Amino acid sequence: MTELPSPIAGLSALETLRTPKALPKPAGFLARLFGRPLALLAVIWIAIVVVGGLFAGQISSYDPLDQDLLAIKQLPSAEHLLGTDALGRDVLSRLLHGTTPSLVGVVQALAVVSLIGVLLGLSAGYFGGWWDRLVVQYVSLLQAIPVIVVLLSVLSIFGQSMSAAMVTLGILGSAGVSRVVRSVVLGVREELYIAAARISGLGDARIILTHILPRIFGPVVVQLALFACITVVIQTGINFLGLGVPPPAPSWGGMVFEASASINDFPWLLLPTGSVLALTILSFGLLGDSLRDTAVETWAAAAHRHTLQARAPEPIMDAPADTVLALRDLTIVSGQGENARILVDHVNLDLADAETLGIVGESGSGKTLTVLSMLGLLPAGTRMTSGRMSLDGKTIDLCNQGQLEALRGGTMGMIFQEPMAALDPCFTVGHHLAEVIRRHKRGSRTDIERQIIALLHQVRIANPEDVARRYPHQISGGMAQRVGIARALAAEPRILLADEPTTALDVTVQAEILELLRALSASRNMAVVIVTHDWGVVADLCDRAMVLYQGRALETASVVDLFEKPSHPYTAALLKANPHGAKPGEPLPTIEETLRSIQVGAG
Amino acid sequence: MLATIRTRLLLSVPLLLIVTLVSFVLNSLSPSDLARTILGADGTQEQYLALRHELGLDRSVLIQYASWLGNALGGDLGASYLTKERVLSMLNPRLGVTLSIMIGVMLVCVSLGLLFGVLSALRGGWVGKAIDVLSLVGLMMPSFLVALLFIMVFAVWLRWLPATGYVMFSQDPAGWLASLVLPILSVSFLPIANIAKQTRDGMNDVLRRDFIRALRASGVPEGSIIWKHALRNAALPVITVLGLVMVGAISGTVFVERVFVLPGLGSLAVDAAQQNDIAVLQGATLYFGLLAVAINLIVDLSYGWLNPRVRLS
Repeated sequence: MTELPSPIAGLSALETLRTPKALPKPAGFLARLFGRPLALLAVIWIAIVVVGGLFAGQISSYDPLDQDLLAIKQLPSAEHLLGTDALGRDVLSRLLHGTTPSLVGVVQALAVVSLIGVLLGLSAGYFGGWWDRLVVQYVSLLQAIPVIVVLLSVLSIFGQSMSAAMVTLGILGSAGVSRVVRSVVLGVREELYIAAARISGLGDARIILTHILPRIFGPVVVQLALFACITVVIQTGINFLGLGVPPPAPSWGGMVFEASASINDFPWLLLPTGSVLALTILSFGLLGDSLRDTAVETWAAAAHRHTLQARAPEPIMDAPADTVLALRDLTIVSGQGENARILVDHVNLDLADAETLGIVGESGSGKTLTVLSMLGLLPAGTRMTSGRMSLDGKTIDLCNQGQLEALRGGTMGMIFQEPMAALDPCFTVGHHLAEVIRRHKRGSRTDIERQIIALLHQVRIANPEDVARRYPHQISGGMAQRVGIARALAAEPRILLADEPTTALDVTVQAEILELLRALSASRNMAVVIVTHDWGVVADLCDRAMVLYQGRALETASVVDLFEKPSHPYTAALLKANPHGAKPGEPLPTIEETLRSIQVGAG
Repeated sequence: MLATIRTRLLLSVPLLLIVTLVSFVLNSLSPSDLARTILGADGTQEQYLALRHELGLDRSVLIQYASWLGNALGGDLGASYLTKERVLSMLNPRLGVTLSIMIGVMLVCVSLGLLFGVLSALRGGWVGKAIDVLSLVGLMMPSFLVALLFIMVFAVWLRWLPATGYVMFSQDPAGWLASLVLPILSVSFLPIANIAKQTRDGMNDVLRRDFIRALRASGVPEGSIIWKHALRNAALPVITVLGLVMVGAISGTVFVERVFVLPGLGSLAVDAAQQNDIAVLQGATLYFGLLAVAINLIVDLSYGWLNPRVRLS
């Protein structure tokens, strides 16, 4: 299919590819569909058009071909509800009688599209192999063909037969439908119950009928509605060109053409046909769109900017003398009202000059959010309800994005858990570094290049000139993390925030990266906050550590104290769950079980 | 990159073959006979047989096609059944008109589509609403209807631009541009909305990715994050659909050439279709097929240019 579906649907085919979900149960589905006012209006309009077309003769007493040269180009009157055209024919009657060719065309094209599209997509997706490859090629071939050109040939050869044109349109349009069907089937086929059904000896036909057809029904209906929209456009377009339905027989496209002939002296003529045509196309498009939205029911989260009350935050007075960064009362929540969840609960934190502080906890304990809040980078859907920060004794408003932006890179650098995902795939390593250097320091082009090489050298990349020219997909994960570190250090920050910097890396690379971080923090006299769930990292790198559990800071102590005499039972349990202490042949300790044994022991 | 181009060119061969073969096959399937149609009801049996022979219709479909193909490869597309004029010399002067429109449409669609898409992704609010409304209007208005409305407003009422007709670039460049503004805008209406919607989805996707957060964390200014990093990444999926959008715009061009009475390939093809001049129609089909191939090639190239993974493989 070359003419695209609706623009409000965007590329419906592609979108459906992204979310190949089946429609939910019919009853609730229809109710929800018609709960959308636009969908309801669309269905009502289509119904009006269908009824108008079927009962054209009964509704209007005028013959659509009857000319009345004494009453040409009349505006609407009681006699002619929509006026008359250049030959004095009744516009309403022509409009009603012109409905039939359009509707018949839609039905013909839809029948062909659904038959061929479903058969091709289903067989390709289900059986795979060479047939699938062939169908995919065929589909991409069809989609590169300009539809209208083929239709012109068909019309010319088949004596202006609209049916032949609509069948051809259906064949060409089946590409889009079969593409969608195929992707849905591919998704369903991978699911376990299909494999189970096959193993239990169910035949292909049964599996397709009972398990797969119901799942493709929804996406196909959506596609058909959008295709109907295109069919009306093409069908009326053909008539507009003077092909297909021969004048003087009424057709919507032909009437638009007639209106265009008298556009100078009688513009009214365009209005009735134009609006009926536009509304019909729109209705099919809206219907398709609503069908899909109802099926997907995506909750498009409006990104609420979290706004705390705009009063100046109180200064932090109780931080120890050598503190670089202090955080008080940090509370982060997600959701609203009853669904609100507290993710970080009144956490306090002090970071001493040149100190390495670990934040330890299970996943979901709020450790990453704590770090992100310091840069004002909380993910959408979460918001801060309280919190104060001071940096070198200066109070920072955690809700003031401008103030936090000024700190990013220059004062605080950050490295991330997924080193590869943290790099823009479209730009080179050197470009990433240059961008940060240019932002924070001045320097000539060669100066910046020199700094890039120096930075890469510092993170122990052997051939910095070469690596600087590479794109992210050309380097390894370990190297990507070194680049990430180089970027975080580019503007010589005082504090480095590291969010599980080694979790995504190989074990051997982990050790190298940790060693690098230790060396850099020592040589640069830089304070480091490292988020981790790995006690090994804490023991290796940190001076002190804070244990977070469900958003609460349970204890903060020097690493020696934490390992030797944890004051909180959870810390002890977490330490015990360290797999490095496990004995061969015994099940790995888990946090749940150790917690339970502690509770039993305590109770 | 070279592999991409090679694949596209290899794919274009069956595409062109199929597109041009279609009319020959259809012709043999058709109940109505071309020679009979041309002669009309008055033709005698001798005239009919002679015409069939002259048109080569008494040969088998494959032989007809092979001989057309052989001539076409040699640069001869035959002659019009009606005027006896060489098809190639009918097509070539009209190519410029259609190309001007298509290139204009591509430029307008890409620039405005991306701009609107980014704005609606960022602002949401009223810009997003405005683009939704624009998309709705684009959806409900076929290009020929848009064209008529534009003529009504900009040519009949405001008299800013000519209603119909084409001015050669060599005669009057300003007049040439003026004669193309409304046609290009009419065809672009729907594709702009399509591309804007796609860009908005792409931007919303990209802005959630980790590297955006990492860029923010390293202090890269927001403007550069949006217009350089996010847009570049969001443009990739847009480009993959640009081929579809532009091939679709060919249909729009055919309709719109008719409305503005532009002497392009589209209006030639429509005339030929009305007069059953299969030879001319066949030539126009080939040219449109080549146009589709060129569009897809440009799209592939720009995709590779923007995406280092493709460029460097």
